Amino acid sequence: MSLSKTGVLYIAVLALACAAPFIGGYPLFLMKCLCFALFACAFNLLIGFTGLLSFGHAMFFGMAAYIAAHSAKVWGWTPEVAIIAATLGSAALGYVTGWLAVRRQGIYFAMITLALSQMVYFFCVQAPFTYAEDGIQSVPRGKLFGVISLADDRVMYYFVLAIFVFGYWMIHRIIHSPFGQVLKSIRENEPRALSLGYEVHKYKLLAFVLSAALAGMAGATKALALGLATLTDVQWQMSGEVVLMTLLGGMGTIAGPVVGSTIIIAMQNYLSGFGSWVTIIMGATFVVCVLAFRRGIVGELQHFLKSRSNKA
Amino acid sequence: MKRKLISALISASLAFTGLAHAQAPKAAAAPAGKLSNDTLKIGVLTDMSGLYADFGGPGAVLAARMAVEDFGGKMFGKNIEVISADHQNKPDVAKNLTQQWFDRDNVDATFENLNSGVALAVTALGKEKNKLTVVTGAASSRLTNDSCQPGTAIHWVYDTISLANVVGNAVVKAGGDSWFFLTADYAFGHSLEKDTGDVVKASGGKINGAVRHPLNATDFSSFLLQAQTSKAKVVGLANAGGDTVNSIKAAAEFGITKSQNLAALLMLITDVHALGLNTAQGLYLSEGWYWDMNDENRAFAKRFEARNNGKKPNMNQVGVYSAVSHYLKAVRAVGTDDTTPVVKKMEEMPINDVFAKNGKLRPDGRMVHDMHLFLVKKPSESKGPWDYYKHMGTVKGEDAFQSIEKSQCPQFKKG
Repeated sequence: MSLSKTGVLYIAVLALACAAPFIGGYPLFLMKCLCFALFACAFNLLIGFTGLLSFGHAMFFGMAAYIAAHSAKVWGWTPEVAIIAATLGSAALGYVTGWLAVRRQGIYFAMITLALSQMVYFFCVQAPFTYAEDGIQSVPRGKLFGVISLADDRVMYYFVLAIFVFGYWMIHRIIHSPFGQVLKSIRENEPRALSLGYEVHKYKLLAFVLSAALAGMAGATKALALGLATLTDVQWQMSGEVVLMTLLGGMGTIAGPVVGSTIIIAMQNYLSGFGSWVTIIMGATFVVCVLAFRRGIVGELQHFLKSRSNKA
Repeated sequence: MKRKLISALISASLAFTGLAHAQAPKAAAAPAGKLSNDTLKIGVLTDMSGLYADFGGPGAVLAARMAVEDFGGKMFGKNIEVISADHQNKPDVAKNLTQQWFDRDNVDATFENLNSGVALAVTALGKEKNKLTVVTGAASSRLTNDSCQPGTAIHWVYDTISLANVVGNAVVKAGGDSWFFLTADYAFGHSLEKDTGDVVKASGGKINGAVRHPLNATDFSSFLLQAQTSKAKVVGLANAGGDTVNSIKAAAEFGITKSQNLAALLMLITDVHALGLNTAQGLYLSEGWYWDMNDENRAFAKRFEARNNGKKPNMNQVGVYSAVSHYLKAVRAVGTDDTTPVVKKMEEMPINDVFAKNGKLRPDGRMVHDMHLFLVKKPSESKGPWDYYKHMGTVKGEDAFQSIEKSQCPQFKKG
């Protein structure tokens, strides 16, 4: 019963997303929301369902943005090939990072990911193809499969929506698979999972690579949608922002990061008229979130609904 | 019918009276001009809270508002609106905001756009949407070279080439003929070092050496010791932002400034104010405007600081004032806010205002005006806050900025 209820909810949200550009949503803004939502979902796969706090996810997001932008602009690859290449690139980077990082836990894990992401950042500052602080600009969106032009914002929006739905569905599948159950057991009690005979390291590494790849897919899509890839995407602040998005929406809930990222992006965009207040408002929101509703927006909502149905 | 006939007769006679006469009635008739969407809207996109908030920020927005007020606040009987936004130094936020301004809010032109990543994104967008984008705060000379957007993008105040030309040339002339570079180790720093070094050598100076430091470095001691042992008269700081500030602070602590002069390639009076004269004394820098140069500047600075918490404007902020004023004059002159004719008019009219004298807007988007070299005073020489600069020389616009013949802009590239 509850499954069909969520099914109905998903269909309603999807219908709304499809109609959004026609009922007043600004396509470019919506695309940005979707890309960051996917990024946050990918991050959540790691922190929410495996219990690993990575503080370097910007490297996958940003590096993929650079790879996609460079291959689309300089080599003239079609968008889908550029995104796939960037996703694979991120997965490879995720494998190397994960291979090193999963050997440690807690704060050490976070520090290793942070250190490696700083290395990637300085690589991007130095490498000639990234144009350092200028970034790769005016990236052409190209033609999907070499046929459909994506220059129009609305067409591009549906392409981005399709990628997002694919990514979200992937994460949904991963979480609800036996593999996902093992990840959750590692999150709950790693020694017990180990004693049950699971090779914890391998599971963690695979989760890390999947998360990196999906984060990369989000970054690559963003680079094509907005037509630029810059240092902001690989900076450590971006790693912090994605933590904020996930916590605000609800860590460990599948829809939480989408809500959280949409709120943050909307704040960055629509509060920008307030000038210097943007960062203060964002900080205050974070404080309120951590103090008042620690499960995040979606987490609190789920908790509330559950407690009500238990009472009934 | 009769009225139509009369007006036809008048216009026919006007046409016969020749160009000189026809110009005057045209200007008088201009208030009847037409605006798209019946509004004239100006967007100021800048960093309101971050690293560059003193460089542009609220002061730049104020400058734009002052320009509109001084213009009379109205265009063809309609109010001129100024809206502003904080791009938080994120090019994707900047692009999203600007596109929304153009598509939904009917903004006709955007100004400021500091941060080169932001500037390059916004000018490319302006080309796509055929809207005017004026860059004042960003330094990248790519804006009028390989990434130029002639016809829609204008680079108003300065660029890395002009800074290198002015500082390199004028400092050598002032006696600083041996240089050592402290360079931020990435593309921007390298090009600044190379450009300035070339100018120094061309002016008869020599380069004693250079050292590279990582971006956003915190400890400059070993780099500065190398600079000290080089015995060069001038230590050129080919870096920006926090790196420049930190290297100046460290140089003051090491006492380098007693025997050698620092030359900052990208620094404004607001940065000097933040550092204080004790730390910044003896520093060479280049700006296009200083408040204490003449009565006109002093009067403007006085009006400005009264509304800006007592902070005087820097060249970037005055540049915003100048660019907005010139834009409004051009719109009034052509009687439309259509980008193409307005930009043409902006190129035709010389720029004479508080910021520039006989400034000239080139077709590649470069605004050419005189630049000045300043030396930061010793605390004992300063009469009070904001009395910071000694004027060391002026470089004519055509010598300060890259000539259009050397431009890498595809539309103007020779050969």
